[in-house]
Amino acid sequence: MTAMLRLGGVDVRYGAIPALRGVDIEVREGEIVALLGANGAGKTTTLRTISGLVRPAKGYVALDGKRIDQVSPHRIVALGIGHVPEGRRIFPRMTVLENLEIGAYRRRGDLRSDLQHIFGLFPILEQRREQNGGTLSGGEQQMLAIGRALMSRPQLLLLDEPSMGLAPLVVEAIFDIIERIRDEGTTILLVEQNAAQALQLADRGYVLENGSVVMADDAEALLGDERVRVAYLGEGAA
Amino acid sequence: MCFTQNFSQYLVIGLANGFLYALIALGYTLVYGVLQLINFAHSEVFMSGGFAGYFVLQAVVGKQPHGVMSVVMIVLGIAAGALGGGLVAFLLERVAYRPLRRRKAPKLAFLISAIGASYFLYNLAGKEFGRTSLSVPYIFNGSNSGIAFTIFGAQVQTIYVIWAVAAIVLLVSLDRVVAKTKLGKGIRAVAEDAETASLMGVNIDRVISQAFVLGGLLGGAAGFLFGLNFGVVYTMGFTPALKAFTAAVLGGIGNLRGAMLGGLVLGVAESLPLSCVNPAWQDVIAFGILIVVLLFRPMGLLGERLGRSA
Ligand SMILES: Nc1ncnc2c1ncn2[C@@H]1O[C@H](COP(=O)(O)OP(=O)(O)OP(=O)(O)O)[C@@H](O)[C@H]1O
Ligand SMILES: [Mg+2]
Repeated sequence: MTAMLRLGGVDVRYGAIPALRGVDIEVREGEIVALLGANGAGKTTTLRTISGLVRPAKGYVALDGKRIDQVSPHRIVALGIGHVPEGRRIFPRMTVLENLEIGAYRRRGDLRSDLQHIFGLFPILEQRREQNGGTLSGGEQQMLAIGRALMSRPQLLLLDEPSMGLAPLVVEAIFDIIERIRDEGTTILLVEQNAAQALQLADRGYVLENGSVVMADDAEALLGDERVRVAYLGEGAA
Repeated sequence: MCFTQNFSQYLVIGLANGFLYALIALGYTLVYGVLQLINFAHSEVFMSGGFAGYFVLQAVVGKQPHGVMSVVMIVLGIAAGALGGGLVAFLLERVAYRPLRRRKAPKLAFLISAIGASYFLYNLAGKEFGRTSLSVPYIFNGSNSGIAFTIFGAQVQTIYVIWAVAAIVLLVSLDRVVAKTKLGKGIRAVAEDAETASLMGVNIDRVISQAFVLGGLLGGAAGFLFGLNFGVVYTMGFTPALKAFTAAVLGGIGNLRGAMLGGLVLGVAESLPLSCVNPAWQDVIAFGILIVVLLFRPMGLLGERLGRSA
């Protein structure tokens, strides 16, 4: 099967400092792919490169076989990539409804069925629809960030640490929703520090270390891997 | 008695000027909202609107219009001023700012570019249109500054009524556009978080351009309204625009309603003391207010950024 998204030999530098080195990643249609790694490993940089916020110094990013590594972020959205950024980044002084409408900025026509779909996934957002985004709780903001990205009807959704700073029950709910979004036909690339939960959900996973992919395998294999267990699942060395 | 004497007259004059300041101030605040940049060439956007309105009326006004035709001419002049201002603002952004943005130039480069563009434009206007003030044709009975009515002992000139009505219509329209339309939501999203807006499919360059044009439309309309009373000349933008900038800072730069309020407050604040002191103090008072605001309340009266809904 051909990849929906493919990164080949991607190098990214911030000034002189390398953040990614020769990164190869592929995401196939219908998958949930987990991208794991410690703080500063380059996970966020990878997603920002896919979305066009950062330009690779070397290598390529291709969506459906076409290169997108020189395309502007707003056009990449139109090509079908949605991005839920690290730290949610909702618009605090715009209402919940306006946040969702901005998510559909590239689209024309009626948004009612999309809004209904989002409110179906996150009923709390419907109750809060006229409230400013900045007044929502952390969990609600995360739901809004996901809903906002879905408003563009992406074929591929990038999620950057959706569980960050949330209570275990809320994390559980968010992970259930991610699975549901995949089942509804959206492919997912999921960045997580919460490796165990991410790998239970994912089909495959990549592990980044210092900007390089050091492991790439089926999620089950990674879950069973000694190194992963020690480094990312918080188990002491056996 | 000082202050109480002719209080209502000075209040009326202050409010009338304040409406113009508010219209101009919005241009500063809109651009600041999306770019965190003071467009110091906005004075020339205002001037361009003045000349555009002047030339269009010069071309169409034959003999003195009356009644409905006066209103038609005013609307025409405002439209011409707005288009002239909008066009110049659009070009300014393209020529003086966008290339710097592409090169990720430091803020200081933008300031210098703005000052350069401003000198270029007003000297060009001075060379092309002469160095003396040109009177806009009279478009209503008597003159452009006759007395419309008297209220609480204050004489209200026709021109003040025109300023107030035109400004209220334009300010309310802008407020609605920013609150309700896709254009407005794009501007607010970029003002709050440009990078995230781009991840939502918002074209930041396009939104920046739209903010310049919206501010240019209002500033250009204000230029015509000002010229209707004072005539148009290449230096006309300097003082009103600097005061409008003061008004924008007073209201909290980046805050749209703040700019509107700041314009009115500044207009009244610089006018009321004139019942006590020589009118020559007016500009001194206005800029004294700027300094005091910057010292004690640098975030302005409302002090909140663009992006407020509703
Ligand atoms: N804008 C930037 N300028 C300079 N260096 C940066 C910038 N953004 C990230 N970096 C550096 O690039 C490296 C990778 O950062 P990145 O944010 O991609 O890591 P991450 O895996 O997402 O980490 P975390 O789990 O903490 O979010 C880090 O060393 C970081 O300090
Ligand atoms: Mg990160």
